[in-house]
Amino acid sequence: MKPFVCFNKVSHQYQSNTTHKVQALTDINFHINKHEFVAVVGPSGCGKSTLLKLITGLMSPSEGSVEIFGKTMHEPRNEVGIVFQKPTLLPWLSVLDNVTFPLKHQHGKVASEAKQYAMTLLKLVGLEQFAHQRPAQLSGGMQQRVGIARALILKPEILIMDEPFSALDALSREIMGFELLRIWEEEPKTVLFITHSINEAVLLADKVLVMSPRPGTVVEELPIDLPRPRNNTTLKHEKFAYYADILRDHIFQKHAALNE
Amino acid sequence: MNKALHRYLPILALLALIPLWELICYLANVPNYILPRPSVIYDAFINVDKMRWLEHLWATVRVAVLGFLLSIFISLPLAVLMVQSSFLNRTLFPLLVIIQSTPVVAIAPLLIVILGAGEAPRLAITCLITFFPIVVSTTTGMLSTPSELIDLSRSLKGSVFRQIWQIRFPFAIPHIFSGLKVGITLAIIGAVISEFVAAEKGLGYFVQFSTSYFKIPQAFAALLFLSIISLLLFQTIRWIQAIFFAWSLPAEEQK
Repeated sequence: MKPFVCFNKVSHQYQSNTTHKVQALTDINFHINKHEFVAVVGPSGCGKSTLLKLITGLMSPSEGSVEIFGKTMHEPRNEVGIVFQKPTLLPWLSVLDNVTFPLKHQHGKVASEAKQYAMTLLKLVGLEQFAHQRPAQLSGGMQQRVGIARALILKPEILIMDEPFSALDALSREIMGFELLRIWEEEPKTVLFITHSINEAVLLADKVLVMSPRPGTVVEELPIDLPRPRNNTTLKHEKFAYYADILRDHIFQKHAALNE
Repeated sequence: MNKALHRYLPILALLALIPLWELICYLANVPNYILPRPSVIYDAFINVDKMRWLEHLWATVRVAVLGFLLSIFISLPLAVLMVQSSFLNRTLFPLLVIIQSTPVVAIAPLLIVILGAGEAPRLAITCLITFFPIVVSTTTGMLSTPSELIDLSRSLKGSVFRQIWQIRFPFAIPHIFSGLKVGITLAIIGAVISEFVAAEKGLGYFVQFSTSYFKIPQAFAALLFLSIISLLLFQTIRWIQAIFFAWSLPAEEQK
């Protein structure tokens, strides 16, 4: 079976000023299969946001190609949904209207079936009774659930999540991790999940990509062979700490090498 | 403190000022041409025909409100253009600063010469004095839109028009209202300046007319009218925001 997402020898440079170029990413190669959950971990400044812009089609790589369903990405496509670091909901719209916003923004109007589908999504993320409230009345975790529902409204095959729980407190963050797994099991998607948290990566993903600091590249691709469905007991699984240690070693070795 | 009392405290404080003012002027024997007592001002107010008051009042409100609306009409599209095009931003902004920093009082006589003696120069003067805060606040508001939302818009391939209308513009609403609140108080100042320069009615004209005939209490009465109009117009902007854009108010003001 063909991979859903494929990075072929992707490198990217930014022109910081007329003479200087900043190498953000070098020679990135990986693929993601259908309904696979892939996490990306790495220290700050490893080019995760560049990766995000490339995979969503907001930018094209300087070298190499990003393919989705075997076709090179040149521009954004509806098959890719994005969940941002902060929920960034529109404060003047109700929760329901925030979920249907992508349709409104793309077509100028929202059909009544779409509204029904939005309600189904709100039910999926556990917020159907908040549909007519304003985002300001919701907690940070709830707002991010709305963000997830908004990313799902266009029925994307691929979901890109950019450190979606990093703005939440530790407790909500853990709850949202399990919630995401539940949603993913009910509504299987191909997920690329960017995070700073090693534990979060091991808990959620089928495969973890470790990135090195600038210029960012994938230094390790670690399959996580933990049973699904995952829940609280997964955290106590004997192999959980083992995987987390491998990842930690990879991240900090690279750091140590740089400091020498 | 009692809730109703708390609510009307500002107005009670103002009312309490009146007897105090009366008393001090009476005891210190302040002459009317320096600071007339409230009772003298009231007499002066009664002595002028009601229709005349209304005529002057209406002339000033009309110029202030029309000039203000005109400046909104110019400012908002200008702000949108300046946000969308860095070229226009770089070229227009210095020009706006120059216009803003030139004293309107100095331009006013020129505008009368250029635009004639009708209502046009008065509207132009009011507009000139009010549009700057509105342009600046709208531009700032539109630029403060979170970059994620612009990414979202781009990932949806939304048109520039929808990006402005559905995202940037609503995001600027709290800022726009700050600009409008500053603008509306300036609008009254603009209207009065324009009446100082060339008018045959309006409260600004009436103040000038009264002082030149040494009718100081009458000028004070007109002055009070100006303050009241200013307050009412300012309140109107707040009401509009509270009724139509309640979400844009800080949480403690939304109740």
